[in-house]
Amino acid sequence: MRSGSTLWFARHEIRLAWREWFATMTGGRKQRRWAFGLGIAAFAVLAHWVAWLIVGRGPPSTGLSALVALTGSGVLLLSVITSQAMETVTRAFYARADLDLIMSSPAPTHRLFAVRIVAMAMSVTATATLVSSPMINVLAVTAGWQWLAAYVGIAVIGMLATAAAAALAVLLLRTIGPRRTRLVAQIVAAVMGAGFVIGIQIVAIMSYGEKSEGASSQIERLASHAPSADSMIWWPGRAILQGDPVGLAGMVAAGVLVLWITVILLAPRFGRQAAAAAGTAPGVARGRRRSALFRGGSPSSTLRRKEWVLLLRDPWLLSQSLMQLLYLVVPAVLLWRSVGSDLDARTLLVPILIMTAGQLAGGLTWVVVSGEDAPDLVASAPVSERAVVRAKLEAVMGAVALIFTPLIAVFALMAPFEALVAVVGVAISTASATSVQLWFRAQARRSTFRRRQQSSRIATFAEAFSSISWAFAGAMAANHAWLAALVLSLMALGVLAGVRWVSPALSAAR
Amino acid sequence: MNQLQSSAALDIRGLVKRFDRPAVDGLDLSIRAGEFYTLLGPNGAGKTTSLRIVAGLLRPDAGSVSIFGIDALADPIAAKQVMAWLSEEPMIYDKLTPREYLEFVAGLWGVDAGLGERRARDLLGWLGLDAHAHERCEGFSKGMRQKVALAGALVHDPRLIILDEPLTGLDAGSARQVKQVLRDHVTAGSTIVMTTHILDVAERMADRIGIIAHGRLIAEGTLDELRDHAGSGGASLEDTFLELVSQTVDHAAP
Repeated sequence: MRSGSTLWFARHEIRLAWREWFATMTGGRKQRRWAFGLGIAAFAVLAHWVAWLIVGRGPPSTGLSALVALTGSGVLLLSVITSQAMETVTRAFYARADLDLIMSSPAPTHRLFAVRIVAMAMSVTATATLVSSPMINVLAVTAGWQWLAAYVGIAVIGMLATAAAAALAVLLLRTIGPRRTRLVAQIVAAVMGAGFVIGIQIVAIMSYGEKSEGASSQIERLASHAPSADSMIWWPGRAILQGDPVGLAGMVAAGVLVLWITVILLAPRFGRQAAAAAGTAPGVARGRRRSALFRGGSPSSTLRRKEWVLLLRDPWLLSQSLMQLLYLVVPAVLLWRSVGSDLDARTLLVPILIMTAGQLAGGLTWVVVSGEDAPDLVASAPVSERAVVRAKLEAVMGAVALIFTPLIAVFALMAPFEALVAVVGVAISTASATSVQLWFRAQARRSTFRRRQQSSRIATFAEAFSSISWAFAGAMAANHAWLAALVLSLMALGVLAGVRWVSPALSAAR
Repeated sequence: MNQLQSSAALDIRGLVKRFDRPAVDGLDLSIRAGEFYTLLGPNGAGKTTSLRIVAGLLRPDAGSVSIFGIDALADPIAAKQVMAWLSEEPMIYDKLTPREYLEFVAGLWGVDAGLGERRARDLLGWLGLDAHAHERCEGFSKGMRQKVALAGALVHDPRLIILDEPLTGLDAGSARQVKQVLRDHVTAGSTIVMTTHILDVAERMADRIGIIAHGRLIAEGTLDELRDHAGSGGASLEDTFLELVSQTVDHAAP
């Protein structure tokens, strides 16, 4: 294989991607290979079981309704994969440490970027395949082997999504410049990823109470307004449902053509854009000349103010932290719909508030504790470690209180008891997530916020599990199901006690 | 005479710290108040680990550290109050301006707001940073970041300043500014302990030089005393340093 050729770059990329993925899955420990294999197998069995419960009796719709459902799922998948592809494209510009090396070499960089665009398509397709495969496999067994053609559909969606993401990234770089592209692209990606799901929930809430109907009858209703089954827009769906080889070949040809045009047009630009992104100074942001940010007050209040100022001045980090609040849009709509009515749906707000608070508090605690950018400075200051941690946690609690107090206050006007449960749940969930982050703290750069879960799988699991358990416990308490609330609370406490026992903080103390 | 004036600025006895292997292995070191002391040693000799213990960033496995008579292990807060630490990699906040950074550091050390502001202004002027005082640090070069971090170390007027490779990565002009500021602080009565790989700096600036290898102090004194110790009369510090380190390696070899 000739050095610098497209194949040579492809081999290099595949090797790096495999090692990075494997390290992510195993936490970088080779001895976990067997555990990793067993985990994958267990996950596959569980996912297929869940898929069997959902579509074990065959597809929920037939005829035009099936085409509507399949095409809708395809569009949903396209939006989710495009958001994932945008993340990957942005990383290719900003986060790959080898760009300087490769761009300073005499190897033609457009080949590298051509390979990277194709690698992105493969990567997002592989992820989507992994998630969708249980449903497809079960449908192939229960409703006919032609359902395996859905894998072709996923591959085509992967190609189209990658092409769209690459084009959007280049467009952003050209229009708003390298400095803002990363922030905007990641926000767009997150909103695209979450937006569709949230949109569906909001539509469901808006129609709540008007007409009680299941998903399949909603699809039937949608199908009654849709074009007839022989329309061109159902071509991909028809090809998959009928396992039509000509139709499938046409889909693949269209996907490959779009991706090929993207590679031909954008790969040479990527090199120039990446150079522009790397060579752009962050710009001069000026502070106020008469600033009194840190004047007066105790060292603790100085630390608290520092955390708030740093968070407010970092739009990327702020957006990543607050992205979780997107999910509060749903309860906010629910709250608005509940005004003046006695909908039982109000109790649904309680678990959403509790879970969101836990997730937000966990993220913010990671930022202020593990993501301290000047740890030596703070550690060498004449302030005890306990006081430093307390000040940082006060900063987190202040931020959580600032966000949740108005929402819960409005909630309390309509449903005082549920609001009280929410307050208690938010406090416990916040304390749990914060504690987990403290027990598993490990120094890291703030810029690695999105990959913070990789530092400890146990901490990630414990934080998510405790938030979900407290949320369900809150829902049960709001419904006066005290025994269930108690059992769920004890489960959460048990998991927290377990992770505390294995945490590095306690191990060091022992 | 109060405790601060009567004691050695830094007194280390029997300091031990093990990681996978001994990083500091029974280090004894005493530095007088008002002295400019440079610590030299090959990579992995234990210089940074020793100084991180002094700064309260690491706990030793054994030994004692006294700063102006204060037991730094028993009362770390009091010890930190009179000392500053500057690491090789400048750790500052990208989203703060130098002026805000210095105010933050002054706040951490409980310096009066007005006094902190005056010191910050003076330091930024001395280090040639006044034109950038109100720009966020995110676009600063390594040298500018190092100077901001140094200003942070000095803004609370510490009596003992511990610097780990403070001149690494600085251009000639910046290095001269930093050296001048350090000299001024020693003249004003501060004590400086500095590690460096730039032997020329040690030769020109230090009152005394300590050489550390395998976690222990193997030689100490003025340049002439070190030459005598190494039996290398008239040689440069580089030759003397290499001779002393090679003698230790020879002794340590089985």
